[in-house]
Parts: sequence; structure tokens; C-alpha cells
Amino acid sequence: MSLIRLEKITRRYQMGGETIHALREVSLTIARGEYVAIMGPSGSGKSTLMNLIGCLDTPTSGSYHLNGADVSDMDDNELAEVRNREIGFVFQTFNLLARSNALHNVELPLIYAGIDTDERRRVALEAIESVGLTDRMHHKPNELSGGQRQRVAVARALVNKPSILLADEPTGNLDSRTGEEIMALFEQLSRSGNTIIVVTHEEDIARHARRILRIRDGLIASDEVQGRS
Amino acid sequence: MKAKRTTLLLGELRESLAMALHAIAAHKLRSALTLLGVLIGVFSIIVVMTALRVMQNNIESSLSELGINSFMIRKHPMMSFGGVDWEKVARRKDITLAMGRKLAEQASQPQSIGIETMFWGGQVETRLGQSAPTVQVFGETPGSFPSRNWVIADGRAITEADVDSSRDVVVLGAALAETVFPLGSPLGEKVKLNGLNYTVVGVLASKGASRSDNQDNVAIVPLTTGLSRFGRWNRSLNILVQAKDRSSFESTMDEVRGAMRVIRKTPPGEPDDFEIISNDSLIAQFNQFTRVVRIGIAGVSSIALIAAGIGIMNIMLVSVTERTREIGIRRAVGAKKRNIMTQFILEAIMLCELGGMVGVVLGIIGGNATALFLRLPTVIPVDWAIIGLLICSVVGIIFGTYPAWKAANLDPIDSLRYE
Repeated sequence: MSLIRLEKITRRYQMGGETIHALREVSLTIARGEYVAIMGPSGSGKSTLMNLIGCLDTPTSGSYHLNGADVSDMDDNELAEVRNREIGFVFQTFNLLARSNALHNVELPLIYAGIDTDERRRVALEAIESVGLTDRMHHKPNELSGGQRQRVAVARALVNKPSILLADEPTGNLDSRTGEEIMALFEQLSRSGNTIIVVTHEEDIARHARRILRIRDGLIASDEVQGRS
Repeated sequence: MKAKRTTLLLGELRESLAMALHAIAAHKLRSALTLLGVLIGVFSIIVVMTALRVMQNNIESSLSELGINSFMIRKHPMMSFGGVDWEKVARRKDITLAMGRKLAEQASQPQSIGIETMFWGGQVETRLGQSAPTVQVFGETPGSFPSRNWVIADGRAITEADVDSSRDVVVLGAALAETVFPLGSPLGEKVKLNGLNYTVVGVLASKGASRSDNQDNVAIVPLTTGLSRFGRWNRSLNILVQAKDRSSFESTMDEVRGAMRVIRKTPPGEPDDFEIISNDSLIAQFNQFTRVVRIGIAGVSSIALIAAGIGIMNIMLVSVTERTREIGIRRAVGAKKRNIMTQFILEAIMLCELGGMVGVVLGIIGGNATALFLRLPTVIPVDWAIIGLLICSVVGIIFGTYPAWKAANLDPIDSLRYE
């Protein structure tokens, strides 16, 4: 069974009296364990697609099934729960809480999941260890390098064992060497069975994925599976 | 499931509290200025309430100098907070010894009736020492002793015979006797009261340490002796009445009032041309006065607290804008609107409570400064401290709700992109 099933998803925005068609009847399925890159120029609708898949947004029409549940007509509270349980976000700008240390940032999703303190600490430590930052866990984001911050973000994304790791330009704010490190981490995560969706406009980054979706003008322009290089 | 709910709530609460303290600590000056408003509002309530309670305790204890089931008839009100026509009071006839005697004859219900007057402070001299010139000098008849709560410790009280023949005898208060006769019994000794000779016939038992000390610093002479030596011109006497028991108190008062009106020839339909004062009526009067103060301070404080609340709301709105991205992050990792709402309301409450706690502490200190100044025992008004803190929470909730609602309803996508 597919993990993500989008059927005829349309998303329209009203902007200054003008209707913008960000997505037009997009249908798409992604299976568990896939590593997918979504590409497209700015304004193509890829961010909208990502927000929809990440349950931050709901479609104007069409249906979205995530892990068997119909997400498209859930209310705000249910969506928050789905985000908490099923989705791990990694952002271009890291989006860590500036005033909290790395460990607390990683704990954050567990707090909203209602995990008790001891268990929370244990799981968060595990996640931090898996990205190799155990020795930096008491540092605040501004005391960490870009690559380290992004690894904290990855640890936070994975701490709830989500169905999807959803990354939006994860290397956009990193130099190319650190970017490669993060992509290597993604590679490793993919091999250990995580479903990963990366939104990017960089070919180099997209090439790491097994499947590349190209979006243009709110439609899927191409959908290709590439062999291992 | 229920256990998980509880953990969730507790974890959420702890997290929200930690975040609130974090956020407050991150902007110390800003937070301090904001909570200053609440501080002043709460301070003004607590300081006045503490001071009032200090005075109330004092007034209640000094009013109860009247003995059990006793009341007093006077020409003038004992104290008043407006509403008295002083000209009318001044035109009232003086209460004379003859009126008192007549009342004692006519009224059947009272246990005892005494007639008294208070003279200016005096000085007592003996061959052994002298007192400060602050001794309260009373002129009394024997019936006054129970109403005044005076108990003879040594010797005897003033007798009818003393009064009838204006004898030069005196009963000393415990503290005074101690001062002027530090060794041995004063009974039978001569004393000079304001330069005139008296013989000591009795000493009162001390009224105890809980009373202010001047209640033991008294000298009591027969009423008639006092009147002839200190002068009777323009002097209205007081009549002290003690009822047999609590249950006959009201009817005794009614009987005495009626008898008094007849004796003073008060026309029917006219109000009493004298005052009847009991402990209860004095305390009630004081409470009525303080109620006005209380209402006043409640009004002023609520204005201060509303101003403070607007300040809190303002700063919370700024805080929400500043932390838009944080809100976005929390929403993305699974925070519900309710979680965000709780966080920001708690932050507002914490701000108010911090200000409130400092206000309560300063208010209690300030109110007790009055106690120190007036040399009265200090009080800690626990009830008002709790009320003060509750009010703070209410202010926090009222003025924190809109900013919190705004924070909770931010669009997660927009707030994640917010710069």
C-alpha cells in the first residue's frame, strides 16, 4: 500500500483579488521507503505541494491519504497530531528554537506527543547520537555551525519516528562540503528504511534521490526513477 | 489513556512554564517595566488593607475596654466619620450627676449603673517617686467598676460613702502603683495627685499585657471629689450601664433609653439627645468608615490594574510578533492551537504573578510600617495576599487571552517563513 496518495489535488489562493492556481489536479503516490526529490523553479507550486504533504496546508479540492488516513478533511487539531506523529520537517533555515539548547530542540516534538520526561530524554539522546552530536547537545543553535544545526534539525525530525522525512532545501544555507555531509546523512537514513522527500532546485542535491518529480505551473511535468549511480 | 492525558497536561504545563520564565528572563528590563504596573496596583491594595487591619486590631482591642454586656451613655458621639450635626450635639443638655442618680433609681433591669467622668491627665507624686504627667484620672461611682472591667487586686474600690462625702481617696492602676510604690503595698499611703493629697485605698488588677499599657496607668477618685477639685463647669458626665447578661442586653438598653428620655424630658418623636455606645456599635462604626476606604482603594486599584493589564497586553502582542517563527516551528512539530494559547496565557499570568508577588511583599511591609510607626503589633493579611495574587491571575488571563489567541491562530506556513 502506498504511504502517500494524492488524488486530483488542487490548491488555489486568493491574492489581491486574483486567484492563483498553485496546484492543478495533481495526482501522486509515494511508497514507503522511497527517496524522492521534488524539483521546480520558484513559483512552480513545489512549496505548496510540500506544505500539503506536510499537513501544514489543506487542498482546495482532491483527496490526500497519508498512511491510510484521509488527511484532506481533518481539522486543525487532527492535522497537528498527524504532523507530530507522521512527519519530520527539515528546513532550509534550520528553524531551531534560538533560546533552547540542541537537546531541548530535539525533545520538542516529544513534548507535544505527551511523552513523559524520562522517556523523552532517552529518545532524544538516541536521536542526537544518531546524528553524531552527543558532545554538542547542551549548546544553543548560535553556538553550533550550520552543518551541526541542520543535523540537530534532522534529529528533531526523526525523534518521533515519523513516516516521512520532509526536507525543504536542506542544504540551501550550507556550503557545498557541509551540504554533501547532510546529503550523506540522508542517504544513510534512506538505506535504513526512512521515507524521504526533498524539495530542492539544485540538480546536485536531487541526484541523490532515487526518484525525481519535476513540477511546473502547478502540474507534474515529469516523474522519473533513476538507477543507482 | 487517562495516565497519558495527565502526563501530557503536566508536561505541557511544565514546558509552558519553563518557556514563560525563559521569555520573561530574556527581556529583563522590558518584563520589569511591564510588571511594574501590576506591582503598583497590587501594592496599593495590600498596603491599605494591611494598614487598615493594623488599625482595626488596635481599635477593636482598645474599644473593648468597656466590660462585658456594658454600654455607655454620653452627650457626644465617641467618634464619627461624618453625618453628625455637631451644632445640634453642642446644644444638647449636659448629663448631670442628678440625671445619673435618677436613672439608677428608675431603671430596674441593669446589673449596675455607674457615673463617671474623665479629667485631664495628671501626675502622681509620693515620697518614694513620681509618675509621668500622663496618668488618666477618672472620677467614678462604685457602679462603674464592672462596666469598666476594673477588678480590685488589693484594698477596696470606691464606695458610695466615698462619693457621698467626697472623700480624698484614690484607687491606683497596677502599672501606676508599681511606679510610685515600687516596694511594698501602697494601701494607706498618701499620694499627691496634681498637688492635692489623697489616701490610697485600693489597687486594680492589671488588665494584662495584650492591652496597650496606658490602661493600667490610671488613678480613680470618687466622682464628687473629682468634680469639686477639677471643676464641674461645662462638664457632661457619662453613664455606664451593665446588663445582667447577654440575653437581656437589648431590653436593658431599651429600658435605659426610655428612662433617659423621660429624665431629660426629650419630647416624643424627637431623636435621642444623647448617645448610647457599646463595643459593638463602635466596631460597626469603624467598619463602616473603613468600608468607604476599602471601596475607594478598590476603585483606584482597579484603574491601576486595568492600565497594567493594557501594558501587559501590549507587550504580549510585541512578544507574539517577535516570536512568530518560534510559533511556526512549534506548530510544525505538532503543537496544537491550544498548546500555543496555553503557552502565551501562562506567560502573561507569570508576568502578572511576578509583579503581584513583589507587590504583595512590599505592600505587607509598607502596611506594617504603619504598625511600627504607631507601635502596634504587625499583621500579615494572608487573605488579602491570596486575593491580590488571584486578581493578578485574572488580569493575566483577561489581558493575555487576545495576544495568545492571535498567536494560536497564526498561519503555520507564514510564520515559518517570517523574518
